[in-house]
Amino acid sequence: MFDNFDLMVAALWAGMRTTVWVTLASYAIALFIGMILVVMHVSPALPARWAANAYTQLFRNVPLLAVLFIMYFGLPSVGIVADNWVWALLGLGMYTGAFVGETLRSGINSIPLGQAEAARSIGLTFSQSLGGVILPQAVRVVIPPLGSLLIALVKNSALVLAIGVPELTAQSRRLIEDTQSRFDLWGVIIGVTVSYLLIAFVLSYLVRFVEKRTAFVR
Amino acid sequence: MVTISGVNKHFGELHALKDIDLTVGDGEVVVLIGPSGSGKSTLCRTINRLEVVDSGTITVDGKPLPAEGRALANLRADVGMVFQHFNLFAHLTVMQNITLGPLKVRRTPKAEANERARQLLDRVGLADKADVYPSQLSGGQQQRVAIARGLAMDPKLMMFDEPTSALDPEMINEVLDVMQDLAREGMTMVVVTHEMGFARRAANRVVFMAEGQIVETATPDEFFDDPKTARAQDFLSKVMTH
Repeated sequence: MFDNFDLMVAALWAGMRTTVWVTLASYAIALFIGMILVVMHVSPALPARWAANAYTQLFRNVPLLAVLFIMYFGLPSVGIVADNWVWALLGLGMYTGAFVGETLRSGINSIPLGQAEAARSIGLTFSQSLGGVILPQAVRVVIPPLGSLLIALVKNSALVLAIGVPELTAQSRRLIEDTQSRFDLWGVIIGVTVSYLLIAFVLSYLVRFVEKRTAFVR
Repeated sequence: MVTISGVNKHFGELHALKDIDLTVGDGEVVVLIGPSGSGKSTLCRTINRLEVVDSGTITVDGKPLPAEGRALANLRADVGMVFQHFNLFAHLTVMQNITLGPLKVRRTPKAEANERARQLLDRVGLADKADVYPSQLSGGQQQRVAIARGLAMDPKLMMFDEPTSALDPEMINEVLDVMQDLAREGMTMVVVTHEMGFARRAANRVVFMAEGQIVETATPDEFFDDPKTARAQDFLSKVMTH
């Protein structure tokens, strides 16, 4: 079943490493974008709220594959040229960022209004009460759903094979379509499944670790 | 200290405050009483602009309320507020709750802020609770921490919005005792409450509100012994029977 096992493992391992770093790098971008979006969402300035809303609607409602194609094929045609890696990270990051923003917003909405009123009543400014009172509590609420977004991102990252990034799914396709038919179909399917499960398990464990570390007595 | 004149406030169709005029002098304790929905909490919250009024003017310490931003934050820092549901910061210890304002708003050095917080905790009888989280305290203890948090800003004025309404009966007095001490020491206070005993003992002036209007203003003795208006007589007959 596992013909040429060592070659297969080497290819899948290379794909796994790519998948992991593409996931983590684009997740970092997504967290950054989500953070900016949520501050805009709760800001007293109407244009900021409007812009955050427009961004969220755009990236939540356009398929990820379309986002990647628009970047990879569309932007170079208007003179914005970059590596396919760049588009992969930006596409995944900007797409997931919209979801991170909404998750953070629901976290903020879950904090009782009285917390913000108390923060304001001792004289904290908007940004002080957001940074010192609201976000620290909201972050703890949103760690589990942010973890789910991370796992979803692992799977979404498979789509960047469409713009030529050799991540895990791209590698397994290469193995299946091997011109010399050196690899068994089911061997590769099992191999790639186990690889994704491994990534997901490790990341879930990390999320749970962070969750425990940030817990406080309620 | 506080001058409210011609203030109106609507919540949709509801006319919550109708042409309110009220002055609170330096060191005066004004108690707002009245039936639920009479607008007393709303009036209290307009003084530090947690509620924005539709018309009329409010001045605190001679200065009109700023609209937004840093100036409003500075005003709020000078006006202590105690809420019905305590609203202690759930992710911070008791000590951190009390020092957050002094550290971030007043830029007090940490050692000094901690020292002052300890004095205040001692004063409200919770010296041993500095390092616990709010959820580990009883309601009465949480409310006393909330008072200490307000006092830590050295406010010119303290406002209490039904501070004992969410408490078990046996915890009400520990909070009222702290408030009464404050009143005796000359703190300017605006208190919304249903505690008639406290109003009688601690108030310089009782303001009776109903349906968004100030119906009667009097000294506690006048008000409780000889209410002038039928509305106040009716209210007192219902709350004082037991």
